[in-house]
Amino acid sequence: MDKMLLTRWFWLFLVLPFAFAGFRVVQVVWYDASALGPDPAQNLVDLFGTIALWFLCAVLLVTPVQTVIKARWLLRQRRALGVACFAYALLHWLSYAGLLLEWQWQNLGQDLLNRPYVIVGFLAGLMLLVLAATSNNASVRVLGLRWRKLHRLVYPAALLILIHMFWVARSDYTEVALYSAVVLLLLLHRSRQRAKSA
Amino acid sequence: MKAPVGGKLTERDVTPETVYLNRRQYLKASAVGAAALMAPTLKASESAYGTDPAPLWLKSQNKQASPSPFSTTEKLTPYEYVTGYNNFYEFGTGKDDPEKYGQDFKPHPWQVTVSGLAEGTGTFDLEDLLKGLGVEERIYRLRCVEAWSMVIPWLGVPMAALLQRLKPLSSARYVAFETVYRPEEMPGQASFFAAIDYPYIEGLRMDEAMHPLTLMATGVYGRSLPNQNGAPLRLVVPWKYGFKSIKSIRKITFTDRQPQTTWEKSNAREYGFYANVNPAVDHPRWRQSEERRLPSALFSSNRVPTLPFNGYAESVASLYQGMDLRKYY
Ligand code: HEM
Repeated sequence: MDKMLLTRWFWLFLVLPFAFAGFRVVQVVWYDASALGPDPAQNLVDLFGTIALWFLCAVLLVTPVQTVIKARWLLRQRRALGVACFAYALLHWLSYAGLLLEWQWQNLGQDLLNRPYVIVGFLAGLMLLVLAATSNNASVRVLGLRWRKLHRLVYPAALLILIHMFWVARSDYTEVALYSAVVLLLLLHRSRQRAKSA
Repeated sequence: MKAPVGGKLTERDVTPETVYLNRRQYLKASAVGAAALMAPTLKASESAYGTDPAPLWLKSQNKQASPSPFSTTEKLTPYEYVTGYNNFYEFGTGKDDPEKYGQDFKPHPWQVTVSGLAEGTGTFDLEDLLKGLGVEERIYRLRCVEAWSMVIPWLGVPMAALLQRLKPLSSARYVAFETVYRPEEMPGQASFFAAIDYPYIEGLRMDEAMHPLTLMATGVYGRSLPNQNGAPLRLVVPWKYGFKSIKSIRKITFTDRQPQTTWEKSNAREYGFYANVNPAVDHPRWRQSEERRLPSALFSSNRVPTLPFNGYAESVASLYQGMDLRKYY
């Protein structure tokens, strides 16, 4: 397949979940109030949180996958994947703050101070914000070697998000265990590579 | 009206809750001694809410339900949500999992084993256990600990009537309930990463169990309980968080010691034995001062303040007189 074509249309892949969510929202507002179930705000919170997590896993997968299939075009999409992860995490937070809590600032503040799962989610979100804000070419140029160091923040962010999910889970840890396995395998891969190159 | 044969649209799809409501008000109006009149109306509502695969004896017992003064007149949560948005972790963690994965569960024939401090111990067919007990319709608020709530028209027998039939000894201070254990029909029970122990266990103090509001439910919306709602027999304690209302009950045990419940065992800091709805005591994960009354809309989540004992304080607060409800949450 034409690599230029893949690169040019990659953004479609990034906005596909957004289009899906947008379609559901349009449905709920104009056609069928039940399209997102009886608790639509909670549904969107969960949906965007899950999509953000997928993109986070995708970012972490790029390097190992690239070494196997030697797709350099994919490597160039890594930053875009990371920005998408942040965008969906932001939508996740907006659904929670705007739709679920309806901007009750006092409750937002109390949650942030009292609920451990919100605290770790918030910290992870801040890290993703820093990474997304420094994902442009100018930042890469200006920061030079420090850019790579800074962007290793993605690993602690991933760990915090796993803790976030672990604390949200009620009766079963299967899903958290699966994502944890993925993240830990990738971490292991990464550290072995670094050991080799050192 | 007859449901179209082979068609996709069932009558349930086209019968709004208001129709059900009207039937109910009609029932209320006809009050006592109108069994003959009630039977046909409830029969109609049965076909309105899906096919009811329960055995005849249960269907006919449910059909003779009489209205109750304990019912609220608040707007009902639609049938599709009451039976499509559930926490029944034995069938999965998603809210739509119980409806999706509960269909292979076989609630009949059903037996209940009664043990402990009672004269009437043994294993009973459900039919014998319920025989002769009058089913009532109770429209109750249900408040989930996750800060959402519904209004649900249950059918069931007063728990006191059922327990009295089992002749508990005076030494029995608590009653424990246990959900059936069938990992081959309940994927959640078979999960390797389950975070709670199965079978699910719940319990009540005897005076809570004998309270007139406490219901042993056998149906909902004029029909027998669908699997996802805890077929064929479940507890309903309207002033406690939903997780107390244990589903698909297989065992009843009378004891003199407070039973350790499933959630208490998994996380005692978050879930207490009493679990009375209390807006003043926060849960580490969910704010309890208010709730979303479902269905909520996307841009207006229908928040209402949560009331002490879920609005049933007048009848039940006295059960807890002198107790520190922050300590006994
Ligand atoms: C201030 C930051 C954050 C807040 C306030 C927040 C809040 C929430 C809430 C309220 C839930 C649902 C809890 C429930 O089911 O009761 C949730 C679940 C979740 N969040 Fe976050 N979150 C934050 C950051 C993040 C970030 C940065 C991610 C990145 C991937 C994330 C991923 C998830 C996931 C995967 C779930 C589970 C969704 C599911 O149950 O299907 N969250 N979060």
